Amino acid sequence: MESLVGFDTLALHAGASPDSATGARAVPLYLSTSFVFKSSDHAAALFNLEQAGHVYSRISNPTNAVLEQRIAALEGGIGAIATASGQAALHLGITTLMGAGGHIVASTALYGGSHNLLDYTLRRFGIETSFVAPHDHAAWQAAIRPNTRLLFGETVGNPGMDVLDIAAISAIAHDAGVPLLVDSTMTTPWLIKPFELGADLIVHSATKFLSGHGTVVGGILVDGGSFDWERSGKFGELTEAYPGFHGMNFSEENTVGAFLLRARREGLRDFGACMSPHTAWLILQGIETLPLRMARHVSNAQAVVDFLATHPMVERIGHPSRPDHRSHELAQRLLPRGAGAVFSFDLRGTREQGKAFVENLQIFSHLANVGDCRSLVIHPASTTHFRMDDAALHAAGIGPGSIRLSIGLEDPEDLVQDLKRALKAAQRIGSSGASGAPSRASS
Amino acid sequence: MIITVQGAPLFVYTGGRAFDAAKPTMLFVHGVLNDHSVWGLQSRYFAHHGWNVLVPDLPGHNRSGGAPPDSVEAAALSVIGLIDTMQIDRIVLIGHSFGSLIALEAASRIPDRVDRLALLGIAYPMRVSEALLESSVKAPEEAIRLVTRFSYSGLVAPPSALGPGTWLPGLGRALMRRVLASNPDHNPFYAGFLACDRYDGGAKAIGRVHCPILFVLGDEDQMTPAKGAKGLIDQAKSVQVLRLPVGHQMMSEAPDRVLEGLRVFVK
Repeated sequence: MESLVGFDTLALHAGASPDSATGARAVPLYLSTSFVFKSSDHAAALFNLEQAGHVYSRISNPTNAVLEQRIAALEGGIGAIATASGQAALHLGITTLMGAGGHIVASTALYGGSHNLLDYTLRRFGIETSFVAPHDHAAWQAAIRPNTRLLFGETVGNPGMDVLDIAAISAIAHDAGVPLLVDSTMTTPWLIKPFELGADLIVHSATKFLSGHGTVVGGILVDGGSFDWERSGKFGELTEAYPGFHGMNFSEENTVGAFLLRARREGLRDFGACMSPHTAWLILQGIETLPLRMARHVSNAQAVVDFLATHPMVERIGHPSRPDHRSHELAQRLLPRGAGAVFSFDLRGTREQGKAFVENLQIFSHLANVGDCRSLVIHPASTTHFRMDDAALHAAGIGPGSIRLSIGLEDPEDLVQDLKRALKAAQRIGSSGASGAPSRASS
Repeated sequence: MIITVQGAPLFVYTGGRAFDAAKPTMLFVHGVLNDHSVWGLQSRYFAHHGWNVLVPDLPGHNRSGGAPPDSVEAAALSVIGLIDTMQIDRIVLIGHSFGSLIALEAASRIPDRVDRLALLGIAYPMRVSEALLESSVKAPEEAIRLVTRFSYSGLVAPPSALGPGTWLPGLGRALMRRVLASNPDHNPFYAGFLACDRYDGGAKAIGRVHCPILFVLGDEDQMTPAKGAKGLIDQAKSVQVLRLPVGHQMMSEAPDRVLEGLRVFVK
């Protein structure tokens, strides 16, 4: 059945059919903490994985299950787990695979929150991370240690837009007997299918393009079912009896689903970072129009990039559609529909001019989010990536004066006009001489 | 656990419980390019409800060594070998698809030791097109895509093998890829399809079986359409038929209804 229908149909139908009890066509929202057992035996069977069903909404919920099936279908995976946020999805993925003593090799081109989790927070709990430039394949290889359990990168880094060569990095990971986890938040399955390129696990911040309307915070962890945990021999968490869940050996229980079994039965159960069903429902509304929205996001982004490329106030545009972007060729190959709608550019001007630019935008909203249907703007070095020092910022493709744009669904002409107006305001400040000679804006 | 059968190591899932000679035993047989895990929910249930369950990976499949059986008869001998090795006098045999032919053939060879026989997703003859046979060798990924396409009835699944949030077509495809990759020396995909296609002992076998037989058939089954079981049903001596509104992979598409059908049948 799967290949009988296309992506757009899956975005509307995977995981859901008219409600058998009421005939409701839209996905019902099950705002119920718990679900009634048919009998004591049924209860025991559910707890012991002899039967499948819903027990308690921290572990699973019917509305969330539709979202999980739908994302798994769109990604070509075996299943998914909805979480409280993208950060919760990343945390769940990591902690399912390792504890203290584990090691991760990660791209430097990461969302600031992910970088912080890896570089500071998890280190407190004994999980170390080595950071490498996403395009430096030798560095990925060299950073692998005997205790490495995971390679991690973003499909397209936020906001430098470094494209990860998933096939090459997954080959390095697999040679080392470890999986590759990618964050596909910026791309969504509409722009790239990481499992088809060799990734083993995917995380999304569903807060962004998947939900698409800036209304919820949520995350998704998807398993491609491709990584052979037993053959690797490095993941006793999945291949040995686990006293924390009925002595279950997850890989014996399900040959390709061991990771998801443990992630749900341990990580979601014990860490508890589950998604609200209401959030899942809202994300589902977003996913129904994902193909239409992504096409518009990408075309609008290109219109904005093309405009900025002609403007004298713009020193650099960090978008892979530009021939001078270091991921240009890779993006042409891996992302034929476009590299996304979140990118940064550098103003040719002073700090005051940068500030004037942001403050004179009228359609773009100055806030900390991306992937909204509305266009957004922010200064990463002082906000989303503020914990990074200059070297780490540089490695992530962010300058101290970089402006990040998330291009929405407005009329592209209006976006260009808004930018033109704000750039003119910034230019006026520069020509007044108040800030001296033009230089790169800095925070 | 690993049991040596016919000189090769056979992996046998026991549902999370150790084998207990004092309990009755049921043995589950999987289909082409599958393994024990397709029976995960049903077998684990019975293992915790008074039964021994033996769920082997067929020879040459995933954790089991040896060459994959290239005939239903050879596979049946392997199943009987497991029963003998475990010194089991009486047993319930349950098979799905290729595994249902194997269970039928095994039951026909030891009819006095089989108390019940359940045949899920069975058709006889179980013809496999030349194109699919050829694809299973020359373009296995395409063959897996086709089998996935015809194995599920829709885009919606109830909570299943991995619990809620499982995308069944993806799970099935990943398992087939894994089983195929597990055996670099032989092709269990081709061997299984060939065995199904060539098996001509079904009519004779059903005549030898004298225990009650349960047929579980999917109304939406495009791999082994339900009408394909009619000949066997007509010949069976003691027969029950359970029709379910699902496709070929009924254990994952309707796990609770399959379980309930088996529970009632073996009561």
